Amino acid sequence: MSEEVEGTRTLNEQQEMEDKVISPEKAEEAKLKARYPNLAPKHGGSDFLRKRLQQKGQKYFDSGDYNMAKAKMKNKQLPSAPTEKTEITGDHIPTPQDLPQRKTSIVTSKLAG
Amino acid sequence: SDFCLFPADIISTVEFNYSGELLATGDKGGRVVIFQHEQESKNRPHLRGEYNVYSTFQSHEPEFDYLKSLEIEEKINKIRWLPQQNAAHFLLSTNDKTIKLWKISERDKRAEGYNLKDEDGRLRDPFRITSLRVPVLMPMDLMVEASPRRIFANAHTYHINSISVNSDHETYLSADDLRINLWHLEITDRSFNIVDIKPANMEELTEVITAAECHPHQCNVFVYSSSKGTIRLCDMRAAALCDRHSKFFEEPEDPSSRSFFSEIISSISDVKFSHSGRYMMTRDYLSVKVWDLNMENRPVETYQVHEYLRSKLCSLYENDCIFDKFECYSYWFFAIMTGSYNNFFRMFDRNTRRDITLEASRESSKPRATLKPRKVSTGGKRKKDEISVDSLDFNKKILHTAWHPKDNVIAVAATNNLYIFQDKIN
Repeated sequence: MSEEVEGTRTLNEQQEMEDKVISPEKAEEAKLKARYPNLAPKHGGSDFLRKRLQQKGQKYFDSGDYNMAKAKMKNKQLPSAPTEKTEITGDHIPTPQDLPQRKTSIVTSKLAG
Repeated sequence: SDFCLFPADIISTVEFNYSGELLATGDKGGRVVIFQHEQESKNRPHLRGEYNVYSTFQSHEPEFDYLKSLEIEEKINKIRWLPQQNAAHFLLSTNDKTIKLWKISERDKRAEGYNLKDEDGRLRDPFRITSLRVPVLMPMDLMVEASPRRIFANAHTYHINSISVNSDHETYLSADDLRINLWHLEITDRSFNIVDIKPANMEELTEVITAAECHPHQCNVFVYSSSKGTIRLCDMRAAALCDRHSKFFEEPEDPSSRSFFSEIISSISDVKFSHSGRYMMTRDYLSVKVWDLNMENRPVETYQVHEYLRSKLCSLYENDCIFDKFECYSYWFFAIMTGSYNNFFRMFDRNTRRDITLEASRESSKPRATLKPRKVSTGGKRKKDEISVDSLDFNKKILHTAWHPKDNVIAVAATNNLYIFQDKIN
């Protein structure tokens, strides 16, 4: 019984090796799977598409939050660099204006499975 | 890597009008800039005229979706011109949610000599008017005005990716990820929904609409492409709701070569009809395909844009470049043009099957100089003047290009720069 299983495994390995030689795409796939073992087997599932449908534009807490952020941007000459805000903490108690924009909570890396 | 200092200037769409006299660009900041082809100068008849700025206006502003607490970007996704019917020019511009019809008109005369008004506009005392005069039209400096004539709003829950003017010149369609609507250019408070692929249960969602276009002659026919690499042709005479297609175009896939990336790279980012309406071309991540409308089971031609990226798909997935949406454009279907990375763009001659890679960048081109063909080296040995795949700058993408409808003039948008290349006249 165990001999049969081992034989099958060798066959699969052989197939994979052949695939790498034949298809650069499959080689890339193997690379991706090696880096992210928990990746969903099939990309393009409904989870990904639904995220794509919603995700665009920055999420704000409410319209007040949005209007304040817009007013802040108008006052600045250059586009604000997000790194500036992270340096503020530690110096004084931060106020809501000092904190970085609240990131949309539905964002999860597509690589996190 | 190179970052754009002024993200609002990133060009997001490029389109010539029907005569090619005007070229419109839309950007991430919601602005539209229209360039006009200057008449050839008599002194230098061997050079075509240049394109200079004709009009600039703010088409869309950022908005706030109160229901979802999300910002609606002002980025112009598409511009489509209407055929010219009088002295004014009309175009449709759209962001994710709202389509606007803009009228661009010239004013080069001003009436002077009003009876009831002074030259500075102050009302004259009627009792002091002793004689009547006829106002005279006097020339003034050319003023180009853009005014919004129609606003087509609140018809799209998802993000608009395409607009297409119908050949009847009365209607147009707008497509978002899941739905396509048909509008009448005169009516803003209603639109017909003609395609709806939203499943009853969103967990069953498997594909989204990526692009749509009206047939150039048959006003009842349109096509839409999907994220799974399929194109559906629909006939509005067959049914009011075109959920059932009339034709279904898909290239069969070799199941043994299927990989994790197969579906992503098959997603069609652009679909365009040929002038005859007999063919259409589609752009997916690695290739441009030409389809005969009479043959649904496979394309008639396939052109490789940057096949060398097939062995880079892993890193292109990690940095999201694999989701970049490239457009394609053709010149009377003799030649096809599409963009790539590193500010490269590709042109294919359908008759000779020759192809060329060119670069749109300040360093590589001086005004009036001929563009030098570029080559990406894929093998181990890199020849002089070739660039290796690993040296390509994936932040420099050419997503938007357009070809003049009549002349050999092309417009190429490289991030926030617009390049216009022309063929030399002999």
